[in-house]
Amino acid sequence: MSLLLFENVHLVDPSSDLNQRGRLLVCKNRIAGIDTRLDEAVPDGATIINGNGAVLCPGLVDMRVEIGEPGYEYRETIASAARAASAGGITTIAVMPTCRPAIDNPALVRMLRTRGEETGAITILPYGALTKNCEGKELTEIGLLHQAGAIAFTDGIHAIDPAQLMYLALSYASGFNALIVQHPEDPSLAKAGCVTSSVLATRLGLPSIPAAAETIMIARDIRLAELTGGRLHFGHVSTGEGVELIRQAKARGLPITCDTAPHYFDLNENSIGDFRTYAKFSPPLRSEQDRLALCTALADGTIDAIASDHIPRDADDKRVPFTQAATGGTGMVTLLSITLTRVHDGTLTLPQAIALLTHKPASLLGIQAGSLTIGSHADLCLFLPKQNWIVHSGCLPGRAQNTPFDRRSLEGQVIGTWKAGRCVYKTDAFV
Amino acid sequence: MTHEPCRNATRHLLGLEGISSDKITSLLDLAEYYAQMDCRTTSSRDVLRGRTLINLFFEDSTRTRTSFEIAGKRLGADVINMSVPQSSINKGETLLDTAATLNAMHTDLLVVRHSQSGVPTLLAKKVDASVINAGDGLHEHPTQALLDGLTIRHYLGTLAGLTVAICGDIAHSRVARSNIYLLTTMGSHVRLIAPPTLLPNTFRQMGVDIYHHMDEGVKDVDVIMMLRLQRERMSTGLVPSAREYFRFFGLDHRRLNLARKNALVMHPGPMNRGIEIESSVADSDQSVIQKQVEMGVAVRMAVLDDLTRGKDIP
Repeated sequence: MSLLLFENVHLVDPSSDLNQRGRLLVCKNRIAGIDTRLDEAVPDGATIINGNGAVLCPGLVDMRVEIGEPGYEYRETIASAARAASAGGITTIAVMPTCRPAIDNPALVRMLRTRGEETGAITILPYGALTKNCEGKELTEIGLLHQAGAIAFTDGIHAIDPAQLMYLALSYASGFNALIVQHPEDPSLAKAGCVTSSVLATRLGLPSIPAAAETIMIARDIRLAELTGGRLHFGHVSTGEGVELIRQAKARGLPITCDTAPHYFDLNENSIGDFRTYAKFSPPLRSEQDRLALCTALADGTIDAIASDHIPRDADDKRVPFTQAATGGTGMVTLLSITLTRVHDGTLTLPQAIALLTHKPASLLGIQAGSLTIGSHADLCLFLPKQNWIVHSGCLPGRAQNTPFDRRSLEGQVIGTWKAGRCVYKTDAFV
Repeated sequence: MTHEPCRNATRHLLGLEGISSDKITSLLDLAEYYAQMDCRTTSSRDVLRGRTLINLFFEDSTRTRTSFEIAGKRLGADVINMSVPQSSINKGETLLDTAATLNAMHTDLLVVRHSQSGVPTLLAKKVDASVINAGDGLHEHPTQALLDGLTIRHYLGTLAGLTVAICGDIAHSRVARSNIYLLTTMGSHVRLIAPPTLLPNTFRQMGVDIYHHMDEGVKDVDVIMMLRLQRERMSTGLVPSAREYFRFFGLDHRRLNLARKNALVMHPGPMNRGIEIESSVADSDQSVIQKQVEMGVAVRMAVLDDLTRGKDIP
C-alpha cells in the first residue's frame, strides 16, 4: 500500500476555506487525511515529501484549452499537451471541439476522454461542438453528446452568430441542463480585424475589432438566456464593458458565468509592439483600461474562472504578416505564475486566485475536482509563490512554444504535480 | 386580462377553447350513441337528409376528410369534397371570394382545413353555413380531441381525474392544443413532454405541467398521447436528429412500463415508426390507435348532428 505524506506545506483549498500550514496524506490514489494540528505522528511506511513551506493546492482545472489532436498533431498532441499541463500544475483540462474532425459525435467524445486517461497525467473533459462541424449552421446531437460525457457545448473561437441559432441552442440545451459557451464577438464587426480598435491600430495600419463587438454579443446573448432559461457562459471575456454587462446580469440572478485568460488581465494592446504575432489573440488584446476593469472583475467575483486559453501554434502559423498570422498563444505552463502576479500586486488574495483556478471552474462545469476533499482523487499542485523564473520560448514543456510571455521574469513556480497520487511533474529544484 | 374566444358555440365548431364541460359531455354522449349504433341494421340517414356538406380542404388530408365524408353520408347528407390546395388559389381567388362562392351555393355544413391558423374563424364570419374546423394551422383540431376524449372514455370510463401525457411536437400541434382544452375542461391532469424547442414556456399558463424528461413525464400516467414529429423540424434545427429524438422522446417499452399498468397508447396519425414511437409499441395491446380512427366517424356524426339540430333546411 503506498502512502504519501506531504509535510511542511501551506495548504490552500478555497472550497473548504483551508488556508494554513498543515500536512496532507495520500493513500494510493486518493486524499486520505488532512492534518492542520501538525501532529508529529507519521503513518507506517509513508513516503515523506517535505514541501519546505511551499503551497499545496488542488490540481488546477483549466476550462479552456485547445489541443492539436486529432487533426493538428504538428502543433500539439495529447501527450505533449499533458506535459505542458503537468508543468503548469494542471490536472484537469476542458478541451475545445474545434479540432479535425470537430468533436460533434459521441464516439469522439469518448475517444478524447479515454485518451486523457491513457496519459495518466490529465483528465480530459471534451467540449461538444455546438453545431455540426463547428460550422454555425445546424445544432449537434446535444443530448447524445451530453450522455457521452461532453462537458459543455461551444464552437470554440467561432461565435454562434444568428440570434435564432443561439436561441435554439440555449433552449434545446436547457432540456438537458447543458451549458453553452459562447465566444462573445459579433462576427460582422470582427471580420478581417486583428487588433483592438484604437490609435495604435490606426498608427500600425491594421484592421481592427471594436470592443463593442464583444459587448453587443454579450448583451444579446444575456437576453436570449433570459428568454430561454438556458445556462450560458462567456469564454475569454476581454472588455470592461463586457464584464459590466455580466455583472448586471448576475445581479439580476441570471445563470450567466464567464472566464478570462492571463493575457487579458496581464497584457494590453501594446504587447503587439512591432507587429508581434505572438501577441495576436482572438479576441484581441485590449486597452489598459479594459485590463484594469478585468482585474476589478476578478477581485469582485464577476469573473468566475481563469482559464489558460491555451492554443498551440506552429512557428509557421506565426511567422507571417500580422494580418495573416494565426491567433492564440500557449498558456498552460504560465497559467499559475501569471495569475500569481495579481496576488503579488494585491489585486487578489492567494485563496481568491486559487479558487479561480480550481473549484470555481470545477463547480461551474459540474465536475468533482479542484478541491482537497478526503476521499477525492489526489490531484495536487505544489508551488513556491515567490520563486523566480524566466519564460523561454523554445524551452517550455510541451510541443507548442508560442507564448506571448517570452523572456518574462515571473514570480511563483510550480515545483511538483500529482495526478491521482502519482507524481507527473517535478522540478530539479525540488527534492 | 383573459383571452375570450369569439365564437357562436351553437352554430359553428371552431375550437374547444372555452367550450363547457356540459357541452363536451353531451357531444361525447351523442358520439357514443352513434359508435354503438350498427349502421348496417339501423338507418340514420334521415338526420341530414337534404343537407349539403362541403369538405373544403386547403391542406392534404386522408383520414380526417374521409372520416367526415363517411359521417356525412351515414347521416344522409349530400357530401361534396373540394380539395383546393392549388386550384382556386393559383387562379388568384382570395379566401373570402371562395367563401362567397360557397355561400351562394347554400351550403349547410362547411368542413374546413387550412394550413393557416384562424381560417375557419374568418370563414365563419362570412358564410351562412355552420363551419366545422377540421384543423387550422397550429391552432385547433376540435374533432380530433373529441375523438381522443371519446376513446379514453370508452376504455377508462371517465376523463375526470386521469393523468394524460401528451408527448412530441407540442409547439406545432393543433391536436395538442385542442386536447389541452378538452382534457383540462373535463378534469384531467395534462402533462406536456417535449424538448424545449418544441415546447415553449408559455404553455405553462394553460393549466398543464411541463416536462423535458420523458421518463419523469410518463411516470404513472393513465394515457400517453404521442404526436407526429415532422421531418421539417430537423431541417429547421429544432431537433438535431431523428436518432437523438427517439433516444430522448421516443415511446419504447421501457418508458411505457413507467406509466400505469395498462396505460393507453394513442397517436393521431400518421405515425413515424421508429422516430416518435417504437413499432412494437404502436402495435401492442395497449395501443388504441385503431380505435381512435373508428371513434372519429362517430364523433363527426355527433358534431354534424348537433350543429344542424333544430335548424330548418333553408
